[in-house]
Amino acid sequence: MTKKKSFLDFVSENRFIHILLSILLGFLVGAIFLAIMGLSVGEAYGRLISSVTSLKGFSYVVVYAIPYIVVGLSVAFSFKTGVFNIGAEGQFVVGSMAAAVVGILAGNLPKPLLIPLCFLAAMAAGAIWGVIVGFLKTRWGINEVLSMIMFNWIAFYLSNFIAGIPAIHSDGTAEATKNISSNASTLLSKDLINRLGLAPTANWGILVAVVMTLLVWFIIEKTTLGYELKAVGYNKFAAEYGGIHVNRSILTALAISGALAGLGGALQLMGMGSRISVFSSQEGFGFAGIVVALIGCSNPFGVFIAGIFYGALMYGGSKLNLVGAPTQLINVIVGTVVFFIAISVIFENLKYLKKKAKAPVKPAAPAAEKEGEQK
Amino acid sequence: MSKQYVDMSTPVIEMRNIVKKFGDFVANDGINLTVHKGEIHAILGENGAGKSTLMNQLYGLLKPTSGDILVNGKKIEMNNPRDAIDAGIGMVHQHFMLVQPFTVTENIVLGTEPTKGVKLDMATARKNVVEISERYGLSIDPDAKIEDISVGMQQRVEILKALYRGADILILDEPTSSLTPQEIVELIDIMHNLVKDGKSIIIITHKLKEIKESADFCTIIRMGKYIDTVDVDEVDENDLASMMVGRKVTFVVDKPAQEPGEVVLDVKDLHCKDYRGVEIVKGLNLQVRRGEIVGIAGIDGNGQTELVEVITGLRKGVSGQVLVNGVDVFNKSPAFGFDHGVSSIPADRQKHGLVLDFSIEDNLILQNYGEEPFSQKAILKRDPIFSHASDSIEKYDIRPRNSEKRPAGTLSGGNQQKVIIAREVQNDKDLLIAVNPTRGLDVGAIEYVHKYIVDQRNKGKAVLLVSFELDEIMSLSDIIDVIFDGQIVSSIPGSEANENDLGLMMAGGKQA
Repeated sequence: MTKKKSFLDFVSENRFIHILLSILLGFLVGAIFLAIMGLSVGEAYGRLISSVTSLKGFSYVVVYAIPYIVVGLSVAFSFKTGVFNIGAEGQFVVGSMAAAVVGILAGNLPKPLLIPLCFLAAMAAGAIWGVIVGFLKTRWGINEVLSMIMFNWIAFYLSNFIAGIPAIHSDGTAEATKNISSNASTLLSKDLINRLGLAPTANWGILVAVVMTLLVWFIIEKTTLGYELKAVGYNKFAAEYGGIHVNRSILTALAISGALAGLGGALQLMGMGSRISVFSSQEGFGFAGIVVALIGCSNPFGVFIAGIFYGALMYGGSKLNLVGAPTQLINVIVGTVVFFIAISVIFENLKYLKKKAKAPVKPAAPAAEKEGEQK
Repeated sequence: MSKQYVDMSTPVIEMRNIVKKFGDFVANDGINLTVHKGEIHAILGENGAGKSTLMNQLYGLLKPTSGDILVNGKKIEMNNPRDAIDAGIGMVHQHFMLVQPFTVTENIVLGTEPTKGVKLDMATARKNVVEISERYGLSIDPDAKIEDISVGMQQRVEILKALYRGADILILDEPTSSLTPQEIVELIDIMHNLVKDGKSIIIITHKLKEIKESADFCTIIRMGKYIDTVDVDEVDENDLASMMVGRKVTFVVDKPAQEPGEVVLDVKDLHCKDYRGVEIVKGLNLQVRRGEIVGIAGIDGNGQTELVEVITGLRKGVSGQVLVNGVDVFNKSPAFGFDHGVSSIPADRQKHGLVLDFSIEDNLILQNYGEEPFSQKAILKRDPIFSHASDSIEKYDIRPRNSEKRPAGTLSGGNQQKVIIAREVQNDKDLLIAVNPTRGLDVGAIEYVHKYIVDQRNKGKAVLLVSFELDEIMSLSDIIDVIFDGQIVSSIPGSEANENDLGLMMAGGKQA
């Protein structure tokens, strides 16, 4: 059919446009709230933009974005393979705690040895956290969403417990662990930071994020492993019929997803935090990862960009109070963006209603007839 | 049909020169249709010929681009189904539109519930429903929930729903596509009861046998064009098929005589349970040799589904042996069976056969993505995968062409089936299991599928065919095994089979 495409067709068929539109709508809703509060929209958004576009500002954004990207990859990977890793939060927590334990107890090891060791420990911890849930699912059919939420809390209290162990706990009065060894830190050298005028927490974790993005893309698109995992994600019955071991695939997917989330925890700790506080509430990196995966359409490169965007909102948002706007405004914007992305159905329905008003046709009919024409 | 109820002087439906365009595409190109009081009129055409488009215009779901629709001699403009219902037209769609947790009565009266003041009057509703169901011999349980009754019963509820709304003209869209042979016989009885009472029925179908058995007249549509309207008594199935497809269709499959070779599949004393935990395969024995097609005939629910699931490794059995070339694949994984020579065309093509979101090229390598040339050292090789798909699309006539990268879900049912057949036949295993391989396909596509199955046999492969279509079993099988109550009760050469004897054996009536 050579019919001219309507705007709605365009939006619903093009994920990228749909997401841009959702983002614009998010800012629009944010603007409405600003206007209601009697604040200048231009000033607030101007501040948001100017705070992330300077070199120093942008280096902050990148630092913020590192864990979001990696956890976003974790969730996106799980989406692609048919499990919903809502447990990235817990995997993030155990990952960062594992990295902290290694970074504190094995602090005398040289940097080239200690840093990979911390990464490995974090990935292993995250993977184990994911696999336990996968095992409960494949062995006894326990819904992974429920057990993951529980495991998020188990990770939370486990982390607080470990932080209280004397060998780990801070020597001072702080309710936190000791600082990790400087050999476990991924910070750029003070010298370099000062010379370039970057954020004091600038670290090369972003390189790990880039590598992980490429790696996840490669696994999903180029390997037989990715083929298997996707087949199980799209249709586990056909995958099983085709000879793929479904349970093993689910466990593998959760292990990889968990390892990524755990790595996110290590990158956050080794680049920014350098110690883990006793939590009073969940920090929400895992949930941010879900948002980032959604905005990034579960595409690894999309997730990378979405992670930077999310980092920019978080960092820029923290500067909003300088112009008298509440920092919670960012949550309103993010919430709205996710809302519009999640209800992509609305665009579909609008399109359908419009079509129905013109000619009440069952959507499948013309396509089916088209087939006939070619016979 | 004897046309004893047809009143040729009273046309109830006249569609004149109907043209329907979607953009540049002409779905209906000058179609004429006349249906009389008391007539059963079949609309015949291949998948996508424009049958449903025509009926959707009669039911007010689509508006014709040009042409007139007359109901009872009066020109009527139909803007929506409401107008059609008011004009006495009812339609039963191929996919039923029932509320699953509601009772039969609640579904039938939905939207036109009798009330007492502001309260629903379900007692009256139930009485009315029982009344019309008795009048037309459509027995149903008015208090059963839809989710608990069979597909055939659900169809009756749909018909009653239309009658309850005062329909005199019923449109049935592919009414037999999901029915068992028994239910089809019952449906034809019901249709006869309805025309006896002065109703008119239009059935959309591509099943020739049912047209012969039920219809008075038949209008044939091919690629959107009106071909002819014929008196069903004056044509045979071959005539109908040629008019529908536009070429000569052979129903007789060309099958050279050949001596079967050694045993490939040997099922010994197999026991297994169904999903409820009830034993359904009860000590079944079965053999398939090289170069022969063994057809399993049986009424649904006698264990054939579970038998295939056990052989293919999808279901765990209780006891027994499933030897494939001497290797026991009983209670092993589907991958193990595949590695030892089992390939299969599954009954549910969308659930087991294809990953609908995967492209056609990816679906074609579902079992051998891990082998060369499709991958090397766990890395997929896109070029060989693509050229494999191009070859298969060409060789197996998968339409549209150049669809290597298209998701399988965008193909029509017949072409989805061709993708599965292309994959399974090219796997070239010693045993091919085909379950209802032509369900829902039109005669043109059926011809292709049958040809490929027979080709495998001719190449010396063992083929196990399970089908609810007796005609298919009879025309393809070298040996017909009748399954009843979880056992093979008789085994006869395909050439000696006739429908009546098979029917009796399938019902457990006689053992050969």
